[in-house]
Amino acid sequence: MTKWLETHLPKVVLAPSFIAVLVFVYGFIAWTAWVSLTRSRLLPRYEIEGFIQYERLFASPRWDTAMNNLFIFGALFIIIAMVLGLLLAILLDQKIRTEGMIRTIYLYPMALSMIVTGTAWKWILNPGLGIEATVKSWGFESFSFDWLVNPDFAIYTVVIAAVWQSSGFVMALFLAGLRSVDDEIIKAAQVDGIPTWRIYSAIIIPSMGPIFMSAFIVLAHLAIKSFDLVIALTGGGPGYATDLPATYMYAMAFSRGDIGQAASSAMIMMLVVFAIVVPYLYSELRAKND
Amino acid sequence: MKRTAFAAVSAFAFMASNVAVAEPQAEVLHWWTSGGEAKSVAVLQEEFASKGGTWTDMPVAGGGGDAAMTALRARVLAGNAPTAVQLKGPAIQEWYEEGVLADISSVADANGWADVLPESIANHMKCEGTWCAAPVNVHRIDWIWANADVLEANGVAMPTTWDEFNAAAEKLQAAGVIPLAHGGQAWQDATVFEAVALGILGPEGFRKAFVDLDPDTLTSDGMVAVFDQMRKMRGYVDDNFSGRDWNLATAMVMNGEAAFQIMGDWAKGEFLAAGKVPGEDFLCQSTPGDGFLYNVDSFAMFTVDGDDKKAGQDLLAELIVGQNFQKVFNLNKGSIPARVDVALDEFDSCAHTSSEDMNASSANGSLLPSYAHGMALRGAQAGAITDVVTAHFNSDMSSADAVQMLADAVANSM
Repeated sequence: MTKWLETHLPKVVLAPSFIAVLVFVYGFIAWTAWVSLTRSRLLPRYEIEGFIQYERLFASPRWDTAMNNLFIFGALFIIIAMVLGLLLAILLDQKIRTEGMIRTIYLYPMALSMIVTGTAWKWILNPGLGIEATVKSWGFESFSFDWLVNPDFAIYTVVIAAVWQSSGFVMALFLAGLRSVDDEIIKAAQVDGIPTWRIYSAIIIPSMGPIFMSAFIVLAHLAIKSFDLVIALTGGGPGYATDLPATYMYAMAFSRGDIGQAASSAMIMMLVVFAIVVPYLYSELRAKND
Repeated sequence: MKRTAFAAVSAFAFMASNVAVAEPQAEVLHWWTSGGEAKSVAVLQEEFASKGGTWTDMPVAGGGGDAAMTALRARVLAGNAPTAVQLKGPAIQEWYEEGVLADISSVADANGWADVLPESIANHMKCEGTWCAAPVNVHRIDWIWANADVLEANGVAMPTTWDEFNAAAEKLQAAGVIPLAHGGQAWQDATVFEAVALGILGPEGFRKAFVDLDPDTLTSDGMVAVFDQMRKMRGYVDDNFSGRDWNLATAMVMNGEAAFQIMGDWAKGEFLAAGKVPGEDFLCQSTPGDGFLYNVDSFAMFTVDGDDKKAGQDLLAELIVGQNFQKVFNLNKGSIPARVDVALDEFDSCAHTSSEDMNASSANGSLLPSYAHGMALRGAQAGAITDVVTAHFNSDMSSADAVQMLADAVANSM
């Protein structure tokens, strides 16, 4: 009996969570996939009708906008947050005296919820209340900064707010990475008289590959899931200029009683996530097998 | 005649017997949770309790009813629907098609609903001929509100055509007043759009376009003209309108920053709450053009088990359409009673205008459901139209493109 327990205990302990994940993650993915093939409206129906919901989805200009926004927002958000985070981390790494305090200050935005960030930036960027009004009140009457209410630029305000929120976190990640690089190598390079920027670009940053990967994965899933920030900052507006796939799905499922359409958009969102995560998992697994 | 009388008597007897056996129970799902609205619901609650019933309140706030609908969906899927649910427009028929609505024809016939409700409103309360919902109020959508002092100071009269409106707006703009107070939220864009559409297309054209979704009307020259007018309206709005809530826009009219607002009669509540007097401080008038766009709140009755719950449902339906509740509720909410035989002595002048116009338009067939507030179309179609309206209003899209997009979006939403 004890022997049996010894060999099977891990499986017994893991079984409940395994079953829960099987049902609540993969089970519901399968359910959503099924519903996305039906003509469900208010309540789910189960007669399969083919790919009609996907045809409707790809014919919808609003979905086009949402996907474009996802790519603009995702690319800019990930790149800017990583570059800014790395820069901050390198500057902090110069053994300055108040590092502890500055690190805390830069990390704090991460402690705020996206709703708070969105609301604060909504007021800051509002042309009648925030930056534009302030600069105008200083006497620069022609100053204009109306991105928030300009449909062509509104998506970039979402990028600004998201970068503000996340770059401190990325900085912390990179800082840990910088510190984990073997001191001996750096000292050896310094003895050889190699300039600091070369040490960073040729030794430290290349040895931080895994950190880049985790930062990328964390930021990418934040970008794809982004919902609350857009709702708080622009409400998807002006018009639907800042709609993202997640807000599109929410509108279809909960405001319009169009569950089939919502399910098909959810499936596409999942495929986008897969397209990013699967190559990563694949490379990880291959690295382990080698 | 004899048969109706017999039906009425037997229905009443049936109801009375029910009441005698079981204590009426009602669980009511609604999203009237803000100050004035909550007070209005409490009136119904008290009345229900005074008739010996037990009321279980189920308020679900948030998202303009979205959260309540999610709760309803969960309850219905679990096979445990509430007795009555705040639902309106074609959503009632949509739920009926899911097979979960009850038949309250006995109450309706016993109380002669058919005689006291305008026909087009009564039709919303019926599911394939039987009564399945009870109307609470009538909000008018096509109102134009104005600051009386601002109009007087600039020598502008209330406009009766859209050309007059444009002329007035340009005059006001030149004088440094914001002509139109507006909040850039999709539903507010849609509210202005449908008021413009009613004026330009006329009641018949409006019905064809937004009730029947007739493709020819949707792509007609009239529709291009509607979008042209919307483009002009965009110019009369201040730069800072994006995302503004409707009540803040109302406040702009109140404090003289802006001259006009196009909004349903819940805006009146804001004026009255600030102590403004209709006809003196602010003016109300229907938007240019004929017709009347209504938004009728109602309670749909869901199928429930047990005599006590059925008795509660019948009692609730009777009270909702009863004279007393219709009067007290609508005095609180700023709308007008759905039944036409309620004395309006205590109501203000705007409500009188609204009531007279409703009766007149009901008689000549121009009493029409509001598309922007979910009375004319199902969610998917109404949403598709709103997407186009708000995309056009918030960009420099041409009217011809917008009309083409409108037709495509409607076809795609089916």
